[in-house]
Formats: sequence, C-alpha cells, structure tokens
Amino acid sequence: MRITVTVDGSKYTDDVEPRMLLVHYLRERAGKVGTVVGCDTSNCGACTVHLDGHSVKSCSVLAVQADGCEVTTVEGLARDGRLHPVQQAFHDNHALQCGFCTPGMIMQSIDLLADNPDPDEQAIREGLEGNLCRCTGYQNIVRAVRDAADHMSPGAGPEAEQIKHVGVGGE
Amino acid sequence: MTATVEPEVGKARRRKEDERLITGRTRWTDNIALPGMLHLAVLRSPLAHARITSIDPSAAKELPGVIAVYTAADLDPEGSIGMPCAWPVTPDMAAPRRPVLAAERVNFAGEGVAVVVARSAAEAHDALEAIEVDYDELPPVLDMEAALAEGAPLVHEELGSNKNAVWVFDSAGAGTGGDVEQALSSSEIVLKRRFRQQRLVPAFMEPRACVVDPTGPQLTLWSATQVPHILRVMAALTLGIPEHKLRVIAPDVGGGFGGKIAVLPEEMMALLIAGKLGKPVKWNESRSETMLAAHHGRDQIQDITVSANADGTLTGLKVELLANLGAYNGLVGPGVPILGAFMFNAIYKIPAYHFACTNVFTTTTLTDAYRGAGRPEATFAIERIIDELADELGMDPLELREKNWIRHEEFPYTTVAGLTYDSGNYEAATAKAKELFGYDALRREQAERRAANDPVQLGIGVSTFTEMCGLAPSRVLGSLDYGAGGWEYASLRMLPTGKVEVTTGASAHGQGHETAWSQIVADQLGVPFEDVEVLHGDTQSAHKGMDTYGSRSLVVGGIAIVKAAEKVVAKARPIAAHLLECAEDDLEFTGGRFVVKGTESATTIQDIALAVFAAHNLPDGVEPSLDSDATFDPENFSFPHGTHLCAAEVDTETGRVSLRSYVCVDDIGKVINPLIVEGQVHGGLAQGIAQALYEEAVHDESGTLTTGTFADYLLPSAADLPSFTTARTETPSTTNPLGAKGVGEAGTIASTPAVVNAVVDAVRQFGVDDIEMPLSPMRVWRAVQSGAASNDGGAQ
Repeated sequence: MRITVTVDGSKYTDDVEPRMLLVHYLRERAGKVGTVVGCDTSNCGACTVHLDGHSVKSCSVLAVQADGCEVTTVEGLARDGRLHPVQQAFHDNHALQCGFCTPGMIMQSIDLLADNPDPDEQAIREGLEGNLCRCTGYQNIVRAVRDAADHMSPGAGPEAEQIKHVGVGGE
Repeated sequence: MTATVEPEVGKARRRKEDERLITGRTRWTDNIALPGMLHLAVLRSPLAHARITSIDPSAAKELPGVIAVYTAADLDPEGSIGMPCAWPVTPDMAAPRRPVLAAERVNFAGEGVAVVVARSAAEAHDALEAIEVDYDELPPVLDMEAALAEGAPLVHEELGSNKNAVWVFDSAGAGTGGDVEQALSSSEIVLKRRFRQQRLVPAFMEPRACVVDPTGPQLTLWSATQVPHILRVMAALTLGIPEHKLRVIAPDVGGGFGGKIAVLPEEMMALLIAGKLGKPVKWNESRSETMLAAHHGRDQIQDITVSANADGTLTGLKVELLANLGAYNGLVGPGVPILGAFMFNAIYKIPAYHFACTNVFTTTTLTDAYRGAGRPEATFAIERIIDELADELGMDPLELREKNWIRHEEFPYTTVAGLTYDSGNYEAATAKAKELFGYDALRREQAERRAANDPVQLGIGVSTFTEMCGLAPSRVLGSLDYGAGGWEYASLRMLPTGKVEVTTGASAHGQGHETAWSQIVADQLGVPFEDVEVLHGDTQSAHKGMDTYGSRSLVVGGIAIVKAAEKVVAKARPIAAHLLECAEDDLEFTGGRFVVKGTESATTIQDIALAVFAAHNLPDGVEPSLDSDATFDPENFSFPHGTHLCAAEVDTETGRVSLRSYVCVDDIGKVINPLIVEGQVHGGLAQGIAQALYEEAVHDESGTLTTGTFADYLLPSAADLPSFTTARTETPSTTNPLGAKGVGEAGTIASTPAVVNAVVDAVRQFGVDDIEMPLSPMRVWRAVQSGAASNDGGAQ
C-alpha cells in the first residue's frame, strides 16, 4: 500500500506492507532510528512518538494507519539547535542513564504536560505508567517532568515550548 | 589556555552522554545497517527437555527472502564447539558442553535449534514457522531438591547427576575463625531459617543484538554487551578466530545489570554465518526471546542458621545453599553463589562460620550474574535472620545490629570469611539514617496502630549492608579459580592542541563513565572538563580491558586512569624544566601548570603538548610523546556500606503493600559525581524493591516460562514506586588513591531485605515471621490470614 506521512516536518511517500508497524516504518524507511523497540507487547513504551500531536506507542500502530498524518519523533523535537524544554529538563535532572527508554519517556512527558500543564508528583507517575525504565528508579524522571512544567507552556506551540535554556553541555 | 581551578571531582556535573541520548542520535546495535546485510532469526525449543528426532528446514528454505537455514550439523559438524565458562569453581565441577545450537537434545525452553538467514528480519522470522522439528519429550527437571534426589531425571545423562559442584568454606579449616558446630551446640539461642531467592530477569531495556561484518581485513562484531574485551577473547578461544583478526565494539548499550555479561551462542552463530556467507549479518532479539534465552538471576534456596548468646552477641553462622544454574554453566554462573560466601557475615563480628553451596543443573534458562551477583542474596538472608533473632530476643533490630557490628575504630578488620574490610563507619550511617527517617516517631506510630487494631498496619524495615566491591584483585580471583584477572587498563594521550583522549578498558552501558572519567582526568591534569574525551567499548581503541561489572569501573578502572595521568605528568616534567630553564626539582605541578617554585615563571601541560608535537625544542634523549598506558590491579576489594530504612503500610484486609517512605544512607567513600551516584542509588533501589514486591520468573510444571513478556513479568512503573530519600556519609577507602568504593549495586543489595523486613514487621502480631518473595497482595493476605487463624486457635 502507498502511504504519505510527514515525519519530523518532512514528507515521505512509500509503498509498505499492510502489516508493517509504524515503528518499523520510522526506523527502516524514514531512518528515524532514535525511536527504538523495547518489547513486543506494547508494555515498555520505548517506541512512543506523537501522531498528529498525541503520544502513541508506535509498535501498536500500523504504518498504513499513519497515512496522511504527522508524526513527531524525538529527533524532531530540537529546533534551531535548541533543545525542547523537556529534553533540557531530562538532561538537567539526570533523568536518564542508559538512555534506551528516554526517547519514549520524553515523548510521553510532552504529551502528559500538554494534557496537564501543572501536574503533581502522583499525576506525573500515573502519566508515565506506560513507559518502563530499568535504570533510574523514575525519581529523576518525575523531577524532570516537574521541572519542565515550571519552564514551559505546553501545547502553546514551538515558540512557547522553547524557552529559557540553551544547548547541552556544561553547567 | 586556562587551567581549571575548582576541582571537578565531587561536582554534580551533568552528563556528557546525555546529548545524543535525549536527541535520538544514538548508536544502538540495532541501528547499524551495512550494505548487503542479512538478518538472523533463531528457532527456539518450546519444550524444556526433549530429544530432537528430526529437523526439516526444507520448506523454510523455499520461502521468499530466505538465504539459508542452519542447524547444529551445518554450523558445527564436528560437534566440538562449546560455549565458554570462565569460572570452574572446583577441580571436579561438571562442565557439560553447551552447543551453539542444540543437536540431539534441548535442555531448556528457549534453547536454539536452528537459525534462519534472510534478506529482512521479518522474512527471517516468517521462516521460523516453516521449520519442522520433531521432539521426543523428556521429563523436565525443575525443582532443585528433587533434581538432587536419587533417581531424578537427568539434565545431562552423561554426567550421572544433576550436581554441578559443591563449594565449601569453613572458618575452622581456613584458620579465620572457630568451629561452627561447636558454636551452635554451645550457644543459648540457635535460629534456623529457609529463605528462597526467586528467579529474576535482569530486564535491561535494550534487547540483546549483534552485527558481524566479515568484509575488510578483520571480522568486526558489534554487540550489545557489557564485556567487549572478554567477548573477543572468548570468541577467539571458542571459534578459533585469531584474536588479532577480530574487533569487538560495544556501541551505545541500553543497560546491562549483569545480564549482558554472557557470551552468547547467537554471537557465535553470527560470526560463523558471516564467515560462511562473506556478508554482514544482524541478529536482534524480541523481548519474548530475551525473557526466554537471556540469562536469569538469583534462584537459590538458602538454609541459614545463626547462634547467639541471650544478650544478643552472635556466636556462629552456618549457611547451606542450593543454587540453580539452569541447564548449563554460564560464563560466570557457577561462581555467582560463591561471591556471596564472603558476604553472609556482613557487617558483623561472628567468630565461627561455615558455608556450603551446591550448584544444581535443571532444565531451565541459565542463571548468571545479575546486579550484585551473590551479594544481594547473602545480604538478604543475613538481614532477614538478624531481624528474626531480634524478635526472638525482644530487642530492637538496630540495637542488635549495633551490638554485633564492627566498630569504626576497629577497622581495618579481618572477617571470619577472610576478607579485610579497609574502612567503614556503620555508626555514622545508621545515626544519619535514623534521623532522616524519624525512626523513633515511626516506632511510636507503629505501636499506636497496633494497639488500635488499625486495618492498615505500619512496618519498619531495617537493613544494613556491606559488599565486596570493585571486583578485581587478580590474586584473589585466582584463588577462587576464576579464569581471568581483575586488573583494568587505561591509556591517555595529550593531543597537539592540548585536548586529551583517554581510553578505558571499562565498558559503559549507561553509568555515565564518560562524564566521571573526564572529571577525574580534568583534576589529574588540570585541564578543562570539556577538553577530555573518553573512548571505550571498542577493542581497537581500548586495546585491552576487563570491562564493566561488579562496580569495578571506578575503583579499578578509575585508578588506572589516575595512574596513566600521573605518567603523563611525569613525562611532561623534564620537558617543562627544559622549556623553563630550571631544574626538575624546582617545578611544582598544580592546576595544570608547571610553576618554577617561588616565581611567576610557568607553562601549562597543554602548551607542553604542542611543544611535544612540534618537537623543535625538547631535552636531549626525550621521546616526543605525552602518551601513557597504565594497568591497575588493586591489592584488595573496596567495601561500601550503608543503612537502609523502609516504612511500609500493609492493608491487612487486602494484602496490599505500599511504601510510605524509604531512607538510605550509603557510604561509598569519595564521590566523583554526586548526580551520577544518586541516579545509581535510585535505580538500584527500584531493582531491589522490585525483587521484594513484584518480580519473579515463573516456570510451570512442564518447564514453560509463564512470565515470558513484560505483560506477565511485573517490572515496576513510575506509578508503583515512591520517591526515595538518599544521603551519604563519606569514609574514604584506604586501598585506592581516589578513596572511592563503588555504588552500582548498593541500592539493589540493601533494599530487598529492608522492604521484606518492613512488611514482616507490619504483620508480625498476626504470628507471621516470613513471607516468600515477591510479596504479592495474595501472599501477604494469606500470611495474615493463616497467622491470624493460628493465633485464634492458640487462644481457644
């Protein structure tokens, strides 16, 4: 089947097998290997991306279902060399170790903040329930999401989501 | 060029590693795509134990995209290849050959029987279903005690037994303490308990994967491994590949926790197949395959006996273990329970000790190293039974510990197990933990809720621990029959522009080595943090090493880096003296500068690097190089310790456990980066708490793994865990120049007994004195019910 999908702002038109999962389409056809596969039961959330602005586990969506949609992956978040505030908050709060779950965690956190711009700890923990991490014990991830909430106006578009921080590296 | 003034060591530096990981510009093994690359998929046995009567791959070979299907007969026609075990714990240890693919028999559900090579991963997986295998089912061997019984079905018939090895330590025999039987028979109190360490899955988030490229002058193997250097040696020994013809790269690796220490049959298959076909091949497993075929951890039955005087003074300790190795010896699997042998005596002064471990083969997935490897198991058993002893004596559990622990002024202290603990301050860590936790107030609240018959009871769990960290001293490892040493390697190169490249033989998989090592180098050389690049995980850049496990990267690998830096400074000194026209003895090296004492005359090490590159003006006979190599092999382990306190609320009507607060004070000696340390502790706590409350790998009576996905195996999510209060005391290690001790396992080791002690403490008034892990609501509820029922019975 022929599909047309906009991924991180670029339009892709491809013939795909009907059974192809969106995550495999992103990795193998669009070259978006920043989105990873951690399980085969849709439990871990490592493959979370945004489909028309909402988080989905891209292992539970067929590529053909994304026909005509806009997909944002972790690779499409930084704009003009500036990190998304949630990316910045993950760095600032040491919210990652091996980093394998991180793209999915970041994408889910952005969606969580769009739904609830001022979440308390419990709301953050519940909002991240579908994303598993083995390294961090989650505490710094929760802290990072709260920190991001303090630094951004989620859902207000790229400009409002790109405030206060510049680049990675250093103190 | 400016030199840093403020020390880097001790600073909460945010990580260098993060940039690529938060932007998705990573190098996971599964991201590697090479021209003409083919894909492997492994057909795995659905049965735990069976004879293979026939394998017919012909239909699979006809399917679209399929290039080849191989069985054992194709890959290893002589039947001579055996997966390596590096730790023969006794001279008579049983060592059945573990083939790359099963030929005649399968010995666990998940063992590979055939491998498909296809153009795409999807086509390779499609073809698995078309391979016809006939099995003649054999009785599974699942229970360790049944496996050792007379007439039990045998995992390996040729061995005549399911016993792998028996390993014994006796303090009277070793001269480290008294006779335990005498201690037990002459003591006022003897308490014996049986604890079960359930089987766990390491559950790193990135499934295992490898890519082999046979084109070019060398075979290149990328693997999601913790041990690229060990893998290269083992692949060379296993397959006869000349070592210099094999380059192993561990790119970004998505977690290990000991679970990526194994040398994999799939890696050997990929090397063999890439060699046969002359094309690059990739194997990338699904999560379900990981759960079945990547090694598991723990799985021990622990019979532990302590003896004491009526005042609580410990007099003896006896431990008898059964350890389930699964179907074969793993790379270090037989040695894992032996590591625990040295830690059962924990922080206590115990005058007599006996330890015996029987390793058992069963028709289950292999067990091998898992975070802490042997030490969490030991700490669990001793900390549980100390709590039970406190109850028996009517003492506060912390008071009993204090009565028996090694006092701060008694270090260095040689234990009954023969280790010399260099430093420690259990008093300080415990005092701080008690204060942060609000111990006395919580005990009062507990008493009130008990008196009020509150349906939600409060329990307080205590766990103190120490561990042997920085697995290294080669002589000690040799005395334990481990096949390799424990040294670590580093090299350091000053580049012409004054930047620094440092390579380490340690291999990172999420710990933040690039950041921590850069901090160490920045201080040693007085160069900016940003000017340091750390190279690791590639046998070509870091040409030798012992890799990363057992919290050795800092206390062994970090010291190798310090040694390498010292050599560079020593090489720079005569050059600095020559350039500054002074005697070497007149120079002081501080903050990256060689200064002529008492003058303003100075030059930086970074300027010297350029002078060495130009080599126009060097002293006679001096080599134009500011490079160095160093290998460090410590004399002793390091011994981090800590006190962990957990408050758990237990709903006695539903069995639900919720953690109300968790406080830990760890003493890991000198801290390089507090941010990284805190993250390691958090992650360790989550893993240890998960063992106490959630996780278990379960086989049904046929030997099928019933917890084969993340839908069945309960890895906790953010919603299942609380926030932790972590703090530290700092008693530097005296056995290495950094004073560091290591932190990777601390949280995992101490938290499991803290949580179980808390839950048992909450429901002790119902007559409960133990609950098997994981403490599911059902198990807790049943314990309360049966305890309450027997209490009622007693009252009638």
